[in-house]
Parts: sequence; C-alpha cells; structure tokens
Amino acid sequence: MVGREIERLIQLLSRLPGLGSRSARRAALHLVEKRDTLLLPLAEALAAAAEKVRTCSVCGNFDSVDPCTICGDPRRESTLLCVVEDVAALWALERSGCFRGRYHVLGGLLSALDGIGPDDLGLPRLAARIGEGAIAEVILATPATVEGQTTAHVVAEHLTPLGVKVSALAHGVPVGGALDYLDDGTISAAVKARRAL
Amino acid sequence: MSIQWADEAVVLAVQRHGESGAIASLLTRAHGRHPGLVHGGGGKSGRGLLQPGNRVQAWWHARLAEQLGAYRIELVTAHAAAVMDDPARLAALAAACAIGEATLPEREPHPAAFVALAAFLDALASEAWPSVYVHWEMALLRDLGYGLDLSSCAATGRADDLAYVSPRTGRAVSREAGRPWHERLLALPRFLTEGGEGEAAEIRDGLSLTAFFLDRHVLAPQHRDMPAARARLAERFRS
Repeated sequence: MVGREIERLIQLLSRLPGLGSRSARRAALHLVEKRDTLLLPLAEALAAAAEKVRTCSVCGNFDSVDPCTICGDPRRESTLLCVVEDVAALWALERSGCFRGRYHVLGGLLSALDGIGPDDLGLPRLAARIGEGAIAEVILATPATVEGQTTAHVVAEHLTPLGVKVSALAHGVPVGGALDYLDDGTISAAVKARRAL
Repeated sequence: MSIQWADEAVVLAVQRHGESGAIASLLTRAHGRHPGLVHGGGGKSGRGLLQPGNRVQAWWHARLAEQLGAYRIELVTAHAAAVMDDPARLAALAAACAIGEATLPEREPHPAAFVALAAFLDALASEAWPSVYVHWEMALLRDLGYGLDLSSCAATGRADDLAYVSPRTGRAVSREAGRPWHERLLALPRFLTEGGEGEAAEIRDGLSLTAFFLDRHVLAPQHRDMPAARARLAERFRS
C-alpha cells in the first residue's frame, strides 16, 4: 500500500514510547504531508542529535557538550548533589525548577530481574566526585519503590564513610491529592513523615 | 468460556510490559507462584500496588489454563511502603520475595510457603523479624521437600543440646557428638530448636544454614545463583 521508505518510517515511529502501529502510521502520514515544515526539519534535528548528543562524563546527563550544560554552569550550587535513577528523573527535577545543584545519574536501580548489582551503578565514580571535597550534601532522589529505596540505602551506606550529609526525598501526599484516592502505602508513608506546622 | 479464580497473594516480582502494563509474579495461597499480566500495572496507580511484598487480593482469568492470563489486583496490606525507610527490614522483604521467586516452581500449589511468607511479612512490624525470616526459609525448604530434621541427634538420638546440622543429611547433631567434626558441620542456631528470638550471630548462622540447603537442593540443580537481594541480607548480619 505504501513504499518501502514510508513503511520503514512507520516501523521506526511505532517503536517510540506512546506510539502504536496505528498512531505511528498517522504520524508518518502527517510528516509526509508536511514535508517542508516538519519532515525535513525533523530529519535535520535527528541527524544533528545523533551526531552531537553524548553522555556527560561527569554526571551522566545527555547533552551536546561534555561536561553538560548543568555541570558547566558556574551559577549552580556546587555543594549540593542530587542522585537520580536516569536522565528522565533529572529532566523531571529540572522541569520543576526547585533544585539548583548538580546531578549524578546512576543509570539504573538494583534489580534482581534485570541483573543490576551495586557494581553496575557507578558508585566509585560517585565516591570520586564526593572525594573532590566540594559536595556537602547528597540528595537521593530514587523512586519510592522497593528497588528504588533499596538502591538509596545501598548508595547511602556507600557514602556514609565519606562524611558527607546524605538525605532522601520525602514520600507522601502529592499536591492536589485527596486522601480518599491515595493507596494505603502512600498514606502510611505520609503519616510517618508528618511535620510540625 | 474462560478459566478464572480468585486468591490471596503476595507480590514476588514485577516486570514492566509495554508502556503501562506489567507482568506480576504472585505467590498465591492455593495456586502457588503464578504469573499474570496486569493491565495498567506499570502505570502511575499500578506501580504503588505492585511492589514486592505487598499483600493483595488477585483475580486471574485466561481463555486456557496454560496461558499467561491477566490479573485484576486489589491491595490488602502495603508491606513494602511500611518498611521503605528501614534498610534492614527492606533488605529482608526484598530477600524474601527474591528467594520465593527463585525457588518456588510456577503454578504448583505451596500453601505452607504462602503462610510462612505472609507470617514473615506481618512480623516485619515487630522486632522478631530476623528470626521469622529464617523460619520462612526453613518452611520453604520443608515445603519444597528438603526439610531439615532437627528433632534429634543423628548420631546419638538425643533431643537436647543440638548444636550442628550435617551438610550431607540435613539432620541435627548434638554438641558432644559433633565436636570432632565441628569444622565440617553447619551451626544450628538455638532458636530453631527451642523457639524464641535469635541474636544477630544466631541469625547469621540460620541464614547460612538455609542458604546452604537452598543452594544445594534448589538453586544449584537449576544452575542459578543465590539472588543478590538474599546475599545482601546475609551481608548485613555478617558485619
């Protein structure tokens, strides 16, 4: 029904998160119809990203410069280091605008199913960054899951001998969350982490 | 026509499937360790529910019994969230689920293992959890057909002062009879024969004891290593 090139485009688009084969077909058709305003600029952007984007050798973020823009920004707080599971978590924190320190991307969580052990988390690289002396506090921003918190505890135990302050994100009621709709685990975590007003 | 059942269960392991789905491995009371697809299990609401160690009510259905099938799951007790701030308890919860996932055969009823795991998860709220953890693995060995005989000494028949376990037979050996071979015998912590809670050193001995037999009888024949989470738990009691 369609040429080999379009079929290949549909195939590749359908591998993207959020797109199935039908929505990939729709996206491909849209791209082909908007050749000059969308398809060609997108092709150029993809080629440029493929050529220039790399992993930051300091924190593990993706950027077109190494060290990345965050690591190279002298205005950021260099005494605060936030440890995150992956770049998606880093971008989520950046989107919130609430954190102005630096990051360290673990690249995964301890997982028996995925075969990720402490040696795969790059802890020596993290320890080396802390050993340079500028970092006063490490914030562990791993997910509130068994794997995420197990990883956080392992990282914390690894960092404790270095004499750096280690903290973790609070768990509890999300903004706009009604207790009636929350699961029991979130409610009990929120009660445990209650604070004085 | 479809096959369906409802059962109490504990979440053992979860693997993301597609963008919002998950394949959950549950230890059910009547149907054993049973996997199933959970629609939305990888999404925002499903992730909190499908944490290892959580006690759930599960409804499974499939067109044929041998199919993966799909689960509908409701939370009963959020054990995982309750221990997330406690590294030792969290390590024990992760180890218990990992060992259940690694050793129990799929779709084979093991009600005693379910009861032992549920008892351990309830015990996480108490200070006695390390001893109950060792009892969970002892129950697991028993339920898998490799139970240890700790009733009397294999050499003298005496039922008191049992201090060792023979690595060859899995039978208890008294302190006196085992003295000449104590280096080749496994230490038997007192709380396993006399009840009560074990000290840290006894828990360490208990974990070594169950690990030895789980490895020999269950994991090694399948060419599998001891789960990393279980090894990390043992490490906590070594230091």
